[in-house]
Amino acid sequence: MSTTQIAPTSQRERLLGGLFRASLFVSLAIVILTLVWLIVSILIEGWPRLNQDVLFHFPSSNPEIAGAQSAIMGTIWVVGLTALITIPLGVGAALYLEEYADRDRWWNRLIELNIQNLAAVPSIVYGILGLAFFVRGFLGLGQTVLAAALTLSLLVLPIVIISSREAIRAVPDSIRQGALALGATQWQTIWRQVLPASIPGMATGSILALSRAIGEAAPLVLLGGLTFITFNPEGLDSAFTVLPIQIFNWISRPQEEFHVLAAAAIIVLLVLLVAMNAAAILLRNKYQRKW
Amino acid sequence: MTDPIIQRSGEGHDALADAAATVHGTPYAHPDAPQREQAALGEPVFKLRGVSVAYAGTPAVRDVDLDVHAHHITALIGPSGCGKSTVLRCLNRMNDLVADATVAGEVLYHGQDVYAPNVDPVEVRKLVGMVFQKPNPFPKSIYENIAFGPRVLGMKGSMDEIVERALRRAALWDEVKDRLKQSAYGMSGGQQQRLCIARALATDPDVILMDEPCSALDPISTARIEDLLLELRKSYAIVIVTHNMQQAARVSDRTAFFTVELDEGERHRTGRIVEFDATEKIFQNPADPRTEAYVTGKVG
Repeated sequence: MSTTQIAPTSQRERLLGGLFRASLFVSLAIVILTLVWLIVSILIEGWPRLNQDVLFHFPSSNPEIAGAQSAIMGTIWVVGLTALITIPLGVGAALYLEEYADRDRWWNRLIELNIQNLAAVPSIVYGILGLAFFVRGFLGLGQTVLAAALTLSLLVLPIVIISSREAIRAVPDSIRQGALALGATQWQTIWRQVLPASIPGMATGSILALSRAIGEAAPLVLLGGLTFITFNPEGLDSAFTVLPIQIFNWISRPQEEFHVLAAAAIIVLLVLLVAMNAAAILLRNKYQRKW
Repeated sequence: MTDPIIQRSGEGHDALADAAATVHGTPYAHPDAPQREQAALGEPVFKLRGVSVAYAGTPAVRDVDLDVHAHHITALIGPSGCGKSTVLRCLNRMNDLVADATVAGEVLYHGQDVYAPNVDPVEVRKLVGMVFQKPNPFPKSIYENIAFGPRVLGMKGSMDEIVERALRRAALWDEVKDRLKQSAYGMSGGQQQRLCIARALATDPDVILMDEPCSALDPISTARIEDLLLELRKSYAIVIVTHNMQQAARVSDRTAFFTVELDEGERHRTGRIVEFDATEKIFQNPADPRTEAYVTGKVG
């Protein structure tokens, strides 16, 4: 005979449930605290040195007057050029794969698979590739802004393609059909309807990809960006350095003053990254569309 | 069994329908039916002969003979899966967008086969407009929604006038004239659908196809679209697919009833046309018992 009373939850079940919840919270807390501790310690260390000297002075062997001007300008040059190369290529490739490629063809599936895999290749491998093909190799560009931008482009291109494809896929088929039914060609449909509707998503993905490029040091160290540069890039064939490399350089010096300077440069880099991510989030929220 | 395709009965059909109406009463008769003048059935705009469509080798609909006339509303009715939307999408070659769709038979537009190898589907769609089941305005302003078609077709003349004319013809102008620059997504579902009709009218088509245009709308919006259809009938040939039999009876001049048949092996369900005739005849005195069972609500 079954009882008619609702049994109370057993002590053991309640304990297990509580433990599970607590362990999840601890995992989250460890992640957050590590991040906060990192940021706070950098802020404390770098704050005294965070003045306009960091932004406007060139590197120097005297840590009192040294700054990251050439590294900041180098970063702007390299990442700006990376954006110019990656966005048209990435959007074009994504449009081809989403709108034209016949998925029943093996070569299209192979390309898709490759792009997924390329996004997971370690950045140092791209550095080796850049060194072999762009710096030396048959392009022979030397240790220049252009070689660095080409290498970073290879690195972030898969991310731009994947996020652009998602943005294109989010445009419902009813829009394409509506345009085609009016007698628009496929090209007109894509150019005037699909592309404009997916631009916010593409922009968000591209900014996030570029913010990854900004933080990359490894491939550029390999390309030869690790030098003492006391001038701003003046063109595509200029020698260059970038913020992560400058930071790396300062930290590896023995004098304590350089470590403080490195912390200040890290703050500059962080502000740049947060600003880019904020822009991406704002863009997404402003243009997010429910179909 | 009788021949499933009943040829139109020519000049005698009005008299027949009237006689049928007297005998059966008029459960579905159009309110304007007695006054409504049937335009003479001239050369059809579309003439389908033996049209079969298959998706990836599986037949979806077989052996369809159908005529579409100018200044007539032709309704395609029947249960789900009977291929009526598939047939509709043959008329502007929208089936081309489905991979592995094959169309056999003749789809003649003013005598010209729209599936001939030298015919560009884009050119067909310029002449044959389409309105879809769910309103699908572009994510742009009301004005830009209308202007898109004329722009891609390179139509000459003042765009403001083209937009106004299309909106007036779709009886939408007075509701939206003060907010042409606002997003079409701020409109109600019924307004969006009339915008889609206006968008189709803006390119001056010859035929308008409608694939269950009211199935996502409330009764008031539906009534407005039906009024609009009766108005547009004066200028265009209209083909409408509908699940709503009262709607077919209210607005259409000629009705084709489709049904689903199992093939010999009972593996595929294929759509067939059962009966195609004047709407009054289909609803009041159908020749085929299957049509009668369907329109009286006994099956389907």
